[in-house]
Amino acid sequence: MSPRLRQFPFHIIVFILPAATIYTAFMIYPLFDSLRLSLHGVQEGGVEVFVGLQNYGRLVADSLYAPRFWGALRHNAIFFVVHMLVQNPVGLLLAALLSARHLPGLAVYRTLLFAPTVLSFVIVGFIWQLMLSPLWGIAGGLLRGAGLGAYFRPWLGLEGSALVTLSLISVWQFVGIPLMLFHAALIGIPDDLLEAARVDGASGWRVFWGIEFPLILPVVGLVAILTYVGNFNAFDLIYTTQGALAGPNFSTDILGTFFYRTFFGFQLQLGNPVMGATVAGVMFLLILAGVLPYLFIWQRRIAVHEL
Amino acid sequence: MPSPPGTPRHRASSAAPWQPYRGKGLGIHAILIVYALVAILPVLLIVMNSFKTRAAIFTHPYLPPLPGLFSLIGYQTMFERAHFARYFANSAIVAGAAMTLILLLGAMAGFALAEYRFRGNAWVGLYLALGIMIPIRLGTVSVLRIMSDLRLVNTLVALILVYAAQGLPLAVFILQQFMRQVPGDLKDAARIDGMSEYRIFWLVLPLVRPAVATVAVFTMIPIWNDLWFPLILAPGEATKTVTLGAQQFIGQFLSDWNAILASLTLAMVPVLAAYMLFSRSLIRGLTTGALK
Repeated sequence: MSPRLRQFPFHIIVFILPAATIYTAFMIYPLFDSLRLSLHGVQEGGVEVFVGLQNYGRLVADSLYAPRFWGALRHNAIFFVVHMLVQNPVGLLLAALLSARHLPGLAVYRTLLFAPTVLSFVIVGFIWQLMLSPLWGIAGGLLRGAGLGAYFRPWLGLEGSALVTLSLISVWQFVGIPLMLFHAALIGIPDDLLEAARVDGASGWRVFWGIEFPLILPVVGLVAILTYVGNFNAFDLIYTTQGALAGPNFSTDILGTFFYRTFFGFQLQLGNPVMGATVAGVMFLLILAGVLPYLFIWQRRIAVHEL
Repeated sequence: MPSPPGTPRHRASSAAPWQPYRGKGLGIHAILIVYALVAILPVLLIVMNSFKTRAAIFTHPYLPPLPGLFSLIGYQTMFERAHFARYFANSAIVAGAAMTLILLLGAMAGFALAEYRFRGNAWVGLYLALGIMIPIRLGTVSVLRIMSDLRLVNTLVALILVYAAQGLPLAVFILQQFMRQVPGDLKDAARIDGMSEYRIFWLVLPLVRPAVATVAVFTMIPIWNDLWFPLILAPGEATKTVTLGAQQFIGQFLSDWNAILASLTLAMVPVLAAYMLFSRSLIRGLTTGALK
């Protein structure tokens, strides 16, 4: 046996190589190649020349790209903030309610509350387009029923409200994710711990914020980072409901739709792979700027805290 | 099992704070029921109205498709105008093939990382995990170049390869955790019996079935629902998936409410049916920390 240990065992290669090959060829290589491309310009005849950060400079300053780019960045930030302020607190509230001991109907609630999460952005986009349509009048009718009919507007069609409306539609769809992650963490807390506090006379509210919430802090971090990364994947919903031009008047344009138009072209605008790769490069950096602090600061601090 | 109110017999130690607990129980159910309605009502309205006449959709949107309101005209239009059967077949082929690759290759790599101590083990694990957090979409410009170099644009193979690459990192990561928990005695006994490492892999695989099921559902949903890659890599009529097909069909028929509602229902029902069927194991997978 001992001489065979010297050379690298063949079966390990057989086990790992197929997965590593597909993953490298169609994920890692394209990511790096795309970053490389963003540092190049294409001359006539398709010759690539290294241009350094010039494309990034054009993105943030050239009048052809800059207004749309900064707009998309701002819209992404709003999209993210709405998720953090609505989706995650609502998910936490529902999870806390679901985690009440001996809750009758738990399985039914879980199934119903998570159902929208399995639908596609496309379906969800169309569903809400119909719900909010003044023609069909479901949303308007419900508001009238509640005596609030005067407040109804075609929200998706107005510049001032379209982006927030779309963010809330996305919240409706994805609230199931924080819900389930928080729920899992909450039911994992040992009963004796909570029992002891209750016997001491602590209210449910105080037990939750004093004991349960600190214990699920690692999940709070995980949910925040998943929300942050998911933010950059929101193309489908906007494309479905507002089209590639993310109307009205680009008011719902986020980095996903901006990336699509820049790289693929749309209507009169010609596609530009190099500038597309540059937009992707910015998104990549933004994601790293969120994920790295999460991995190295938040997770480590929490791990120490738990010990 | 709803327990009748007024029988505080769940647990001896909770007898003392029971009284305030009861009123709270009602409050909990009230909030959960309201939110469950918010989650499910839009879906129900779409499905119900897809079986009605055009007039009934607008005059009686909240009624079920009673006789007199009932009509299948939307489904008829849809089957005449769009090739939904083909779209479904395309989606099923793509999702099925990608999932087979993800589960098999992911389990193999996960097994090797969990089972053997070799030089670079941790680095290989880290390398394969990088893709969990970074969306593959960011590499789209190059993915499209590669696929057109390989002459795979407008083929289902292009989608299968991209989705396999997208799903593998999480699959390797989760399956590896579960493979670690398989007791070593079993594998050692098999080795003493002279089994090859490959046979041992097939011996271990059935033991992590619950994890495989969880990974299957988690990778299936985003593949089935994706619009981005079908739109960019395979927009041709012959390779359209359900999600892309529905998106384009509905985009063309924006004034035909019957057809829109029918195609939404048809695109949604298989996913929801599969979800209802697997929701228990899916939610169990989520809540037992398969994602930790």
